[in-house]
Amino acid sequence: MNAVLVAVLVIPALGALASVVIRSDRAGRVAGTVAAALSLVAAALLAVDRAPATGDRLSPWHQVDVAWVPAVQLRFHVGVDGVSYPLVVLTALLTLLCCLYSLWQVPGERNGRQLVALLLVVEVGIVGVFLALDLILFFVFFELVLLPMYAIIAGWGGPERRAAARKFVLYTLFGSVILLVGLLVVVTGANTADLVTLTESSTLGANAQRIAFVLLAVGFAVKSPLWPLHTWLPDAHTEAPTVGSVILAGVLLKMGTYGLLRIGVGVAPDGARWASPVLAGLAVAAILVGGLVCLAQTELKRLIAYSSVGHMGFVLLGIATLTTTGFQAALIGNLAHGVITGLLFFLAGAIKDRAHTGDLGQLGGLRETAPVLAGLLGFAAIASLGLPGLAGFWGEAFAVVAAVQRGWPVAAVLAALGGALAAAYFLRLLRRATHGSAAPAVVGLSPLRRYELAAWVPLVLLAIALGLVPALALTPSAHPVRGLTAVTHAD
Amino acid sequence: MRIDHVALLPGYAAATTAVLVLVLDLLFPGRRGVVLAGAAVGAAATAALAFGLALSGDEARFAFCGSACSFTVDGRAAALMGVFALVTLGVLGLSATTRAPMGEHCFLLACSMTGGVVLAGAADLITLIVALETLTLPLYVLVGLRRTLVSADAAVTFLVVSVVATAVSLLGAGLLYASTGAVHFGQMNAAAKDPSLRPLAVVGCVLLLGGLGFKVAAVPLHAWAPPTYDGAPLPVAAYLSTASKLGGVVALVYVSVEAVPFEHDVAVAALVVLALLTMTVGNLVALRQRRMVRLLAWSSIAQAGYILAALAVPDGGATALTYAVFFVALELAAFAAVVALRTPAPVEADARVLVPAGGAPAVPAAPAPQVIDDGGTLADYAGAARGAPWRSAALVLALAGLAGLPPGIAGLFAKVAVVRSLVDSDATWLAVIVALNAVVGLAYYVRAGAGLFAPAEPGTPVRWPRPHWTIAVTTALIALVALVIGFAPQIVFDAAAAR
Repeated sequence: MNAVLVAVLVIPALGALASVVIRSDRAGRVAGTVAAALSLVAAALLAVDRAPATGDRLSPWHQVDVAWVPAVQLRFHVGVDGVSYPLVVLTALLTLLCCLYSLWQVPGERNGRQLVALLLVVEVGIVGVFLALDLILFFVFFELVLLPMYAIIAGWGGPERRAAARKFVLYTLFGSVILLVGLLVVVTGANTADLVTLTESSTLGANAQRIAFVLLAVGFAVKSPLWPLHTWLPDAHTEAPTVGSVILAGVLLKMGTYGLLRIGVGVAPDGARWASPVLAGLAVAAILVGGLVCLAQTELKRLIAYSSVGHMGFVLLGIATLTTTGFQAALIGNLAHGVITGLLFFLAGAIKDRAHTGDLGQLGGLRETAPVLAGLLGFAAIASLGLPGLAGFWGEAFAVVAAVQRGWPVAAVLAALGGALAAAYFLRLLRRATHGSAAPAVVGLSPLRRYELAAWVPLVLLAIALGLVPALALTPSAHPVRGLTAVTHAD
Repeated sequence: MRIDHVALLPGYAAATTAVLVLVLDLLFPGRRGVVLAGAAVGAAATAALAFGLALSGDEARFAFCGSACSFTVDGRAAALMGVFALVTLGVLGLSATTRAPMGEHCFLLACSMTGGVVLAGAADLITLIVALETLTLPLYVLVGLRRTLVSADAAVTFLVVSVVATAVSLLGAGLLYASTGAVHFGQMNAAAKDPSLRPLAVVGCVLLLGGLGFKVAAVPLHAWAPPTYDGAPLPVAAYLSTASKLGGVVALVYVSVEAVPFEHDVAVAALVVLALLTMTVGNLVALRQRRMVRLLAWSSIAQAGYILAALAVPDGGATALTYAVFFVALELAAFAAVVALRTPAPVEADARVLVPAGGAPAVPAAPAPQVIDDGGTLADYAGAARGAPWRSAALVLALAGLAGLPPGIAGLFAKVAVVRSLVDSDATWLAVIVALNAVVGLAYYVRAGAGLFAPAEPGTPVRWPRPHWTIAVTTALIALVALVIGFAPQIVFDAAAAR
């Protein structure tokens, strides 16, 4: 099975190479999509034939460990466990859907194979981040995502794409260089970069842990993004092409929350406990600010982008509580946000492509002219605002519960209020976009195409499945989450 | 006087190369290809001998030994000799279409290479400074060899600043000699220190480090670099920003780590100040550049700042050399790609131009394109990604590496190594400043890289003219090396730490 672990990383890389080398645009896109499909199969296969759990706090199902650069203590150490597995599968799935979508539709109808190749490189980076069990290797993969994502936004984005892409790349590089310093504080302090060893017993002193956690938290907060470090996100999401927004919101942001949980909390638990009230305060602020800003948004993609700030606030609040419930809420919130916001961006892209505007003032009456599209948008919005029975519910509800358990009733109440704000702005969105009489922009929309439905239906099904059976995500992560709470002693 | 001639073999080979080039130029007047090939063979032989020496054993070899040795070749020194020779080989490969008398061009490059090879083995202050000057002296002429006003301007600027800097370092070296009574690194260190002479040693140390800072274009002796790089022929600019800079780094490492560890606090203070100024000024000014070579020049000033920062911590010498080698590979790749993108195929179809083995060079139809042999503005690269995808890919790889990002992961490991050694020595604040500077750096690297993907102006041909085949091959090889040492960086780390 260890070969499969490497294959999850190698297949998309080869696919990217193939789609660039092949001269025909069509064949290049197909080659890339086939690679994305194969890597999804490989990612799914990771769940079979698991190694029995060791007593370690972090015991991977499969792992590969090879020396790479001893001089900087870098080992090629990758492994998968219950925390990373769902995220790896989600990444592979969203990449496949985006590649499928790009088979037929590429903004400007140019250089489709390059777009597919970049999507696959981004997949390598994100999956690598989720699989890395070595801090330096984690950083290498973390950085790998940066330039391809920049190229996707700058190459295929909207009219303001260059400025947005530059803002994205500089802002997130700022985060990752701070992260690098934080990681190296850990590595030089503990004299190892191995995540399994570091999670098992942290040899860092209290002071080093605080410095490390603050640096790590700032680094991950930019990526997540956590208010007030979120300002790159609305521009990047708004200007990115549809597939770029889907990958950005769906899985790229998760690198931040995953890193905070696995590395921030895992290797500097005392620092995390020390900083957790501040983190929770910022998370609640993000929820409220995100909600209030959304209420004032008039642009479809911008609204969804800002709603991500609020949703990621819930995830960060869950992590900040340092309780089992909170971690579980964060993990399922991560997945739910990936699925639902991915779907929302697909739908927003479809609407903007047809109506040639994302201005809520010019949309309206979508229900009359494109009932299926309006119905799907309604479904996604309701799932996103956290209706019980759909995926969005569990993460937000349990984040609030976890805050109460931790003894932060004020934070819980404010977060719940933020949840109500989400209901308000999504219902406002639906009222403006789908109800009312048909606006001129939405008259005569072209019907939905088969490839669009093919890209969306898996996400719809996943949103329902995660909502009805949250155990899908919670069962595999139960053991590693116990390991993490054992480190933080906050339960 | 004990002399181990094996230790001197790379030096002999480098000097012989210079003589060989002179003879070839006499025997085959006007045959640019023959001269160039001779120089390239010599440089390759030098590199082979140096790397052979590096791999031959763990024992260091010594030459010119009296009470102490003036020339020491350990694994690290031999590897550095090899790097100097390889860089020269790369620059020779990029020189095929340079508008300069080929005999003189190759001769001066070979002389400069000899200086670099000797410098790597220097073990006393006099050898060090003489070798460094041998490395630099031919460059004044090389910069001006094109005989245009811009070149002459650049050469004079370079010469004037260089003379001042050399005087400053000589004064510093003299003061150090006066205070310790020794010039050999080991003896300077071991000499009994007279406390009353300490002020002399402090001033000497600061002056020597500051003067050597000129070679790496450290602020405040940096202002010569951008006009000089921009006025020089592109291959010479490539050499200036790689081999010449590496020479400065080697000299700084030898002086600060081997010669004056007794004035460690002073050296560290001087280096930290130089590093902070250099990286910050370099990055901020680079933001405003519109010309490709000037942008690379300012960025290489900033990169020198990171190297100086690494030098400021204990055991930073190996890290600084590692960073310098990664930087040299990436910078040379960037310049090679610029040369390949900017140099048109040889249009003056005379016998003096190398002709591909397979037949006549592809001569574009009239009218003759205007001769471009400088880096041009960033806007001149619009459409390159479409018209010359492989050359653009090489440039993007190099720029990404200089910014410290994949796919140029050699640069990423270089950054990790520097930040790591700073954090390891509890200089976390300096590490944070280095890291933030890297963010500023990315802003202009991204701008330069994105320029390649901008749509070309209407009316320009879609396909870019093909470069001379030696330039194409050299660019491909250098880019390959820059890519491969990213995946196997341990080679460089080991070589820099080998003693």
